[in-house]
Amino acid sequence: MAQDIAINGDNAVALAWRQIDPDVCAAYPITPQTIIVEKFAEYVANGEVTTEFVCVESEHSALTLCTSSASAGARTFTATASQGLAYMWEMLPITAAMRVPLIMAVANRAVSGPININNDHGDAMAARDCGWLMLFSENVQEAYDMSIVAPRIAEHHEVQLPCMVNLDGFVLTHAIERMTVLDTQKIKDFVGEHKPLYPLLDTKHPVSHGNMDGPDYYYPHKYQSVKAMEKALEVCEEVFREFKEISGREYHLVEEYRCDDADYVAIVLGSSFGTMKATVDLLRDKGMKVGCAMPRVFRPWPAEALAKVAEGKKAVVVFDKHLSIGSYGPMFPEVVAAASDLDKMPKMYNVIYGLGGADATVAGFEKSLEAVAAGTAEKIHYLGVRQ
Amino acid sequence: MTTLAIKDLQNLPVRLTSGHRLCAGCGESIIAKQILMGSEDDIVVSLSTGCFEVSTTVFPYTSWNVPYVHTAFGNGAATCAGVETAYNALHKKGKVPQNVNFVNFAGDGATYDIGLQALSGAMERGHRMLYVCLNNEAYMNTGIQRSSATQMGAQTTTSWPGAVSSGKKEFSKDLTQIMVAHNIPYVAQVSPHNWRDTVTKAQKAFACGGPAFINALSPCPRGWRFPSDQTIAMAKLGVETCVWPLFEVVNGKYELTGESARIASGKVEKKPVMDWISCQGRYKHLLSDRWAPVIEQIQTEIDRRWNKLIKLTELD
Repeated sequence: MAQDIAINGDNAVALAWRQIDPDVCAAYPITPQTIIVEKFAEYVANGEVTTEFVCVESEHSALTLCTSSASAGARTFTATASQGLAYMWEMLPITAAMRVPLIMAVANRAVSGPININNDHGDAMAARDCGWLMLFSENVQEAYDMSIVAPRIAEHHEVQLPCMVNLDGFVLTHAIERMTVLDTQKIKDFVGEHKPLYPLLDTKHPVSHGNMDGPDYYYPHKYQSVKAMEKALEVCEEVFREFKEISGREYHLVEEYRCDDADYVAIVLGSSFGTMKATVDLLRDKGMKVGCAMPRVFRPWPAEALAKVAEGKKAVVVFDKHLSIGSYGPMFPEVVAAASDLDKMPKMYNVIYGLGGADATVAGFEKSLEAVAAGTAEKIHYLGVRQ
Repeated sequence: MTTLAIKDLQNLPVRLTSGHRLCAGCGESIIAKQILMGSEDDIVVSLSTGCFEVSTTVFPYTSWNVPYVHTAFGNGAATCAGVETAYNALHKKGKVPQNVNFVNFAGDGATYDIGLQALSGAMERGHRMLYVCLNNEAYMNTGIQRSSATQMGAQTTTSWPGAVSSGKKEFSKDLTQIMVAHNIPYVAQVSPHNWRDTVTKAQKAFACGGPAFINALSPCPRGWRFPSDQTIAMAKLGVETCVWPLFEVVNGKYELTGESARIASGKVEKKPVMDWISCQGRYKHLLSDRWAPVIEQIQTEIDRRWNKLIKLTELD
């Protein structure tokens, strides 16, 4: 029976994993992810899960242990944020290249320095080229739902890639929201039994994992991951469709809000999608034909779906909660590339906002979009920064 | 338990095949084969990045007839621990019913230096796994750079002897003692020349039911500069000079083994470190009069460590 509860984002992720009951979890605490491991440790202590839970001495070992555990054939998950993800970085592309479908929640937080514990997307964006699937959530419900769909996508035999489930630090991890919990048996049936490919622990059929590649194999192996990512677009849609059947909630590669007849579209990631929807409503009331969209699936990059969103628009404004200093926000060039095949390309703008937990407000978004409509916006705008 | 008769050992399954790409005379494959003979049960091998790893698993080939996994350089212990954790999860659910042992092989760079944190963590957490350090006393895979296992006075490509340098300035770190300080059930030092000692210790390590650490002296003809047919002789000399004592620490109790036990009991005379230094090109520069005091310093430190080890064996 579905049931509505009040819960914060971290606890929602932990709850999803309690219901999935994975074989192995190894994690290292870091703000604002800590609640996930604390809560999960409590489930372990109370015998509510069968999971082998390992309190490793670092995030590097957390991802290492999870990677070899998944290679061994265990359904495995972990969680981290910010410096933890940075410390894992060496392992991120290795995990992906080993094609192990482990799941990692990332409680998005700014990366040092200066040290800052608040939300932005600096951690996830620095990990985006590592070959992981990346899902983003707008609210606590979605953080829970994405945790449930993630293993289905990652473990699909034609995908076999690790997956990050991103939720904004504090804004979602620590904020209590109303959420509908799914029946545990329903989740177990949906996620299904883990059927690992070539597990190490099949000792009768020994395999070598993590071999060395020369140039004649390295590049082809990377290309195989490209094909897996392409397949993942299809698989995400399939899994979202099936998830709707058990939850009634509908997800897409790109979530759209009032985009159909819009002249202007704002693209935004994570919890700010909610703020942007409120901004869109406000501006619509003022007569501006504006909509907004969020790439739910950030890797694989849903270029085709985003091109459709951009088609026929006067301008597309990409709001990035991270900055490649000396260039643009990380999402901006990718949206530009996605729209570049359109017969008539919209004007493209980039707004940088919310770094290190700086306020992301309706008023700020409103001002940025009005400047675009008025033709006074700059190509890249640093919203709300004190100069 | 496997007997230690040579005719029985040679009938054991070949877990590491020939045809790998290690240098002629490398000690690593010899040690690994001896260690693997110590496990009657199935085994999963993990390797830290290093000579052994790059030489045995160049895709699309593998020298491993047992499940094998490698992830990175500084995390071999965590890699091995991950497989063991997965085993615990799947074994209790009946999905992997057979008994399986777990071993990680790593060089001294991956053990003494970059991988020390992961090793310490895995040992403290009590994973049922054996960690074997193939100690060739420098970063040989990247071309003979100094590590914290490199002995004082040795020439490496980052500790050159020169007009104002006698080679590496520092004594090696005593990693085996650091592992003993983790209070794990089994710690030992081995040398490939004494295969009976090594296989016996591997059997004990796999049977100890918890984390075990074995530090193995692995002579390296390229890095130490000696002929490649002298590997076993070199390993033996390391023990005979007490540069590399053979001993084990079982639940905290120290015991000397092999030649080291015989030296301690006075049955065999301890050889001077000069015997060790004079047959390896990495110490060639020390033989000039100018650096004679360095050899004295090395002898003094080896004596100090040896005497301390004997004292430790006298503790209850």
